[in-house]
Formats: sequence, C-alpha cells, structure tokens
Amino acid sequence: MWPYIIRRLLWGIPIVLGVTMAVFLGLHVMKGSPSATYVGKAATQEALDQFDKKYGFDKSYPEQYINYLKEVVTFDFGDSWKNGRPVGDMISEGAGKSVSLTLPALFLTSLLAICLALVASYFRGRGTDRTIMVIAVLGMSVSFLVYIVVLQYLLAFLLPIFQIHGYEPGLVERWQFLMLPIIIQIIVGVGYDTRFYRSVFVEEIGKDHVTTAYAKGASKRRVMFVHVLKNALIPIVTRVMISIPFLVTGSLLLEQFFGIPGIGSMLLAALDTDDFPVIKALSVLISLLFIVSTILNDILYAVVDPRVRLK
Amino acid sequence: MSEFWNSRPVRKIRRDKWALACLIIIICYVLVAIAVRFGIIGNAFEERIGELHLSPSMESWKHWLGTDRLGRSIFARMLYSAKIAIGVGLVSAVVGSVVGGILGAIAGYFGKRVDDFIVWLYSTVQSIPYLLLLIMLTYIAGKGIMGLYVAFIATSWVGPCRMVRGEVIKLREAEYIQSAKAMGYGDWRIIFRHVVPNTMHIVLVYFALLFVAAIKSEVIISFLGLGVQGEPSWGIMIKASQAELINGFYWQIGAATFAMFVLVLSFNIFADALQDALDPKSL
Repeated sequence: MWPYIIRRLLWGIPIVLGVTMAVFLGLHVMKGSPSATYVGKAATQEALDQFDKKYGFDKSYPEQYINYLKEVVTFDFGDSWKNGRPVGDMISEGAGKSVSLTLPALFLTSLLAICLALVASYFRGRGTDRTIMVIAVLGMSVSFLVYIVVLQYLLAFLLPIFQIHGYEPGLVERWQFLMLPIIIQIIVGVGYDTRFYRSVFVEEIGKDHVTTAYAKGASKRRVMFVHVLKNALIPIVTRVMISIPFLVTGSLLLEQFFGIPGIGSMLLAALDTDDFPVIKALSVLISLLFIVSTILNDILYAVVDPRVRLK
Repeated sequence: MSEFWNSRPVRKIRRDKWALACLIIIICYVLVAIAVRFGIIGNAFEERIGELHLSPSMESWKHWLGTDRLGRSIFARMLYSAKIAIGVGLVSAVVGSVVGGILGAIAGYFGKRVDDFIVWLYSTVQSIPYLLLLIMLTYIAGKGIMGLYVAFIATSWVGPCRMVRGEVIKLREAEYIQSAKAMGYGDWRIIFRHVVPNTMHIVLVYFALLFVAAIKSEVIISFLGLGVQGEPSWGIMIKASQAELINGFYWQIGAATFAMFVLVLSFNIFADALQDALDPKSL
C-alpha cells in the first residue's frame, strides 16, 4: 500500500510544477508587468521602472519564476496590490463564505440525484424512468445564466421570499442570502448527477452478482439498497471527491451575481484589476486542492480495490 | 458511400427519429450561422428599427421579437448570436477532437517517455478548474472572440486525448496491430491507418460534447464581459435583459434562452444517440 501512496504523491510534484509554469507563462511572460495599470497611464518611465523593480519584473524570467516557486512553497504570496492586505488573509476569509455556499449545495445535489437515480434505475425503461430522464436533459439544456436571472427575478423580486443581493457574515444571518444561490446550484447540478448515477446503477444492476442475489430470493428493495448502492459507492465517492476543489472556488457566477464576497468574486475582481498576487495565489491553491483530492481519491480507490495498486 | 449509409451506427441513428430531428435542427443552426457569416441575414443587429422596448409584432421580420433598450431588433441579434455560438462550438470541437485524438493515439501507441509527457500535459491542464482556466486564458489572450478561441483550443483537447489514450493502450495489444507491425509497417502508418480509425467512436462523441460545452461556456464568458465585444451573443443578450426584466420586458431573455435551449437540447439528445449507436459494447 505505502509504495503506491508515495508514488501517487510524487506524481503530484510535476503537475504542481506544470501549473505554476502555466500561470507564470501566462501572467509574467505573455501578459507582462501591469505597471501601467497601477502607476497610471501618464506615469514617467522612472515610476514604471520603480514598480517593476519593487515586484521583481526587472529580473530575468528564470529568476522571476524561481521567486514565484518560493512563494508557492512558503505559501506566502505577499500583499494584494489593490488593497494592500496579505493575500493569505483574504483567501482564508473568502473560503468560509464560498464553502457555506457550495457545501450544502453539493450535499443536497448528490443526495437528491442519488435518490432520483435509484428510482429511475429501479423503474428503468418504464414511464417513471423516462420522465425523470427527460426532465434531467431538459433541465441540463437551459443555460446556468437563465436559471440565475429568472429565479432571482421570480423568487427575490416578484415574490420577495429571498434576498436579492448581498451578504452578512453572521453564522445565522448569512443563510437568508445563501438560500437562493444554493437552490439554483442544486437545480443546475441535479440533472447531470442524476444521469451519471443512473448509468452507474444500471450498469451495476446488469452484473452477475445482482442476478445471483435475485436468484437467492432477495427482495427487489434489498437488492437495490444493499447490492447495487453499496457497489456503486466507488463512482459516487469519486464524483463527490472531484467536486471538492470547487467547494473552495465557490461558484464564480453565483458569487458574482448575488454579491457574496467569496473566492469566486475575489478572483474575478483580481482579474479585473490585474491584481497579480491574488491571481497567482488563487490559481495555484485551487489546482493544488484539485491535485490533492485526485490523489486522495486514488488512494481510497486502492484501499477499496486491491487490483489498482498493482498497476 | 453506400457502405457508410448502411453501417451499423448510421443505420441505428437513421432509425432514431428523435436523433434525426435533432440533427436537422443542428444543421438549421449551422445554415443560419453560415448565412450570417456571408451577410445574408442578421447583419442589421446595430440598426435602430423603431421605438425602445417594442413588443413583438408582425410589422416586419425584424419586429418579430420586439426591440431592445436601444430600439434594435431582437430577432436580428438572436440570429447573429447563432454565428458566434456555432463558430466557437466548431473551432472547439474540430481542434479538440483532432488534436486530442492524435495526441491520445500517439501517447497510447508509443508509451514510455512520450506517454509520460502527454499525460503530464493534460493532467496539468485538467488540474485547473475548467471555468477558471477559460477565464484566465481570455484574460491573458485579451478580451474578445480571439481570446475565446485561444481558451477553447487550449482546453478542448484534454477530454478526447485522455479517452483515446486509454483505448489505444488496449488496442496496442490487438492482433491486427501486432500483425501490422509484423508486416513491417511504419509506426505512423499504423497510427493513422489502423489505430486512429478504431478510436473514432470516442472522437465523434467528444466532438458533440465539446461543441455543446463550448456554446454553454461562451455564453457565460460573454456574460461576464470577457467574451465577444461589440457583437451580440446570447450571453450578452441575457446580460442586457437582466435590467429589463424588472420592467417586465422579457422578449430579449426569452429569445436568447429559447434559441440556446433548442440548440443545446438537440446536441444533448444527438450526443446521447451517437454514444448509443457507436458503443462497441452493444454489438
């Protein structure tokens, strides 16, 4: 087991290097120093040079890249250029807000989708199954944006059930603002998840061990919950695990729309103002999270299925 | 040609009325996009055709869906947006499936160092969340349609590459590949004549998936103001209608939503049918 885990962990290193290289190439080499944005268009050459010098843009690319790697390794990305606050503080503040938006949504979406998929695969090929799947495909075909705009209009403007916009940090107060975005996220995600889980369950139902269970006289309900659901846990866990990085990034669109000051809106604001430290920190952290959750997922897989380790 | 029309997957699609209907709808959208491209329709998207926020009327085809806040024809803007959508969809799908398919085949066939490098490349791209990567790329490449193309080209090859690679690793050991090798054929000839054609069922499905993914993402990026500039797109129409909705003007969002919904739905259904028809397991 351990050699496998170590191998997987080592595999993460070149990927992290690749991501940092991509971000560096994009920002430092292709985009270049944003000194004009910060010093002002009418600035003297001297002032521009001063800015470049302060943030290391005057050094050669390899040196700049090494400096960036140092930031990544020490997790110290310096201060935001826009508001002068340490990037680390900004991220840890934003992450909580993003997670309280995305975690309930992920949990409820998965739960709802698994239930619907169980029902659909139980009645596969029949009316109930068809209805669920048709609604799922119809729902998937409507743009995310339309759900946001229309539901915000209907449920917060026409029928003032929810707050239209804004956020309050209190542990209780925040929910009046988060409810609607969470509902929207569930509606958007549930179609995809239901389709995915249904195909997983249908495949499992076709396997020999399920036939055997029936042959031994197990009830249909017992087969669905014990034999099918239990064996389908691996794909379910995988699907949930790969969503974990998105918990922290939050939903760019929803945060932007509903004025929730999480990671997503922070990133969009940073891109808008060429705030390099924030952009660099967020892109690396998000990718790191993604890599860690894939590795964890692989390890979990290897624990469950010993054949994986040998590859 | 008759061999193609009578092949099993094509026969299966031809029997599927829904899939055929969806294919016809998709072709209609492509025709509209071509017509817009050559200036036959939809070019009057900037022209003021009457009062602001006119309701839909039968006065002329331009008035069919009313006017927006500047008195421009919503119908013309909706048609024009089809060009943008089909354009990004096509670029993303063609480049993604060709580049991804070839890279995947090379990685799977040669293995070793080449494989390690290609796997590293797509793992890197993959480990940055899709929407974040698209937004970052449009930021770096600059706002506008070119930035969108760059973003889609840089990301779309990953999915087909990963799947084709997996398939080719299995194919590599197949007897017909082994005999091609035994007959002394060169590696490239084997890849392009024997390996790639046998991964077409994956590439074709990805073609449809990439097309629809690009259309949906374009709308979101344009909505965020990072996509097309100075031209209408369904995303820009939805953004414009956000403010109108409060005053009860729903034609613009309705038009953009409907146009996009029909196209995306057709693609979703067609991709499903394609997947069923091409699935080697169902032989």
